[in-house]
Amino acid sequence: MSKRPDGAESVVVVQGLGKSFGPLRVLDGVNLEVRAGRTLCVLGPSGSGKSTLLRCINFLERPDEGAVFLRGERIGFGRVATGEERPMTDRELARIRTRFGMVFQQFNLWPHLTVFGNLIESPIHVQRRPRDEVYSEAEALLDKIGLRDKRDAYPSRLSGGQKQRVAIARALAMKPEVLLFDEPTSSLDPELVGEVLAVMRDLAREGQTMIVVTHELGFAREAADEVLFMDKGVVVETAKPQQFFASPATVRARQFLQRFSEQR
Amino acid sequence: MIANFGVVLGEWRALSTGFVNTIWICALAGVLSLLLAVFVSMLLVSPQGAVRRTAQGAVDVLRALPFLVLLFIVYYCLPAIGLRLSAWTCGLAGLVVYNTAYFAEILRGAWAHLPREQEEAGRAFGYSGLGLYRRIILPQILIAAGPVLGNQMITLVKNSAFLMVITIPDLTFMANQVQAIYFVPFESLLVAVALYWVICSGIEWVVRAMDRVALVRGHE
Repeated sequence: MSKRPDGAESVVVVQGLGKSFGPLRVLDGVNLEVRAGRTLCVLGPSGSGKSTLLRCINFLERPDEGAVFLRGERIGFGRVATGEERPMTDRELARIRTRFGMVFQQFNLWPHLTVFGNLIESPIHVQRRPRDEVYSEAEALLDKIGLRDKRDAYPSRLSGGQKQRVAIARALAMKPEVLLFDEPTSSLDPELVGEVLAVMRDLAREGQTMIVVTHELGFAREAADEVLFMDKGVVVETAKPQQFFASPATVRARQFLQRFSEQR
Repeated sequence: MIANFGVVLGEWRALSTGFVNTIWICALAGVLSLLLAVFVSMLLVSPQGAVRRTAQGAVDVLRALPFLVLLFIVYYCLPAIGLRLSAWTCGLAGLVVYNTAYFAEILRGAWAHLPREQEEAGRAFGYSGLGLYRRIILPQILIAAGPVLGNQMITLVKNSAFLMVITIPDLTFMANQVQAIYFVPFESLLVAVALYWVICSGIEWVVRAMDRVALVRGHE
């Protein structure tokens, strides 16, 4: 846990992360650091490895090389008594994943459970926290995302935007140390994007630590503390958003931003 | 003819005994085979090839077998290797084993159609192994497979008529006895048909209820 000059300790540190699917090199020597209360936006063209990076951070995908640390603790490897490292078991990995909250592009709510059931499922059955506490927190989360009236509805009855807000609440219900967003607005109809981004903006403002893979440049510009630009599995540029959007340091970033502004 | 029905209905005690026997042995077999099938379905998707192939082989053999043949094997062959069971136990065991193979295959199929992301969401939220299956996967595949499981239950009820050949007094057995005593085959068997129809309609009703559940709580 390294204390920084500005006071915030780092929550997630990624060092030299590499991942290949067959001959395809998806991630190559990726480094990043997210400090407590900060929002990191990961930008880049489709197929640049952004989603894979996110999935490697909580080991939904096992990286081939490199290391991920959550508050100084190495993910994916435990230590045996002799001090040697061994890969974590499925169970240990599952356990440590509860400290990340994940929001998927396709929401992936559990359709057999109500909205409320989705929120309390893992806190009660995995984290085994007291029911009273979990219930009252879940009620508060429903208020926060403005879906109190959908408490007992099943996901099939919700709009895409509502589903994603519930998915965010489900992740928050775990009291995660960091939230991971995997293109949370990419499968939404344009008119529903706003309501989801509004919730995410509030979270960023409240000091929730977040890593957001997104194509929403507007959101990155306003809400990110730092922007990480990826292309072809490599981190091309890391910068403050003001600097990144005003004068990107690399040609590739400049081209990316140009393409995007032309589409608008 | 009307008088013949009177004779048959006069034997209502015998027929209702058969009716009740059919219901409880099918219900018990249905519940037991569903529990077993939940377990077997896990073997059918085991990451260990040997386990998976053995389980799939056993399921395939059972599904290729006519139920009557399986019943004879249980009833006549087990005593030959020193295992003596009552007719009731043989009948129940035969129904359970046979039906488990179908149920397990139905669950495996539903599992194969479950979007991978559901399992992944479970893992992302801390589930693994048995907990993942019990809390996230199983409820969803039961909802998805409900109507098909119901249809298989109807097949189970019809297969249970074979139990009469190993002397179990089920509905078919009793109806057959009534017709043999009074020689009223048409009337007696027609009553049996009506009673089977009642049982199957009951199952159909449950299936429709499950369809409505799947509409709200399933994947589109």
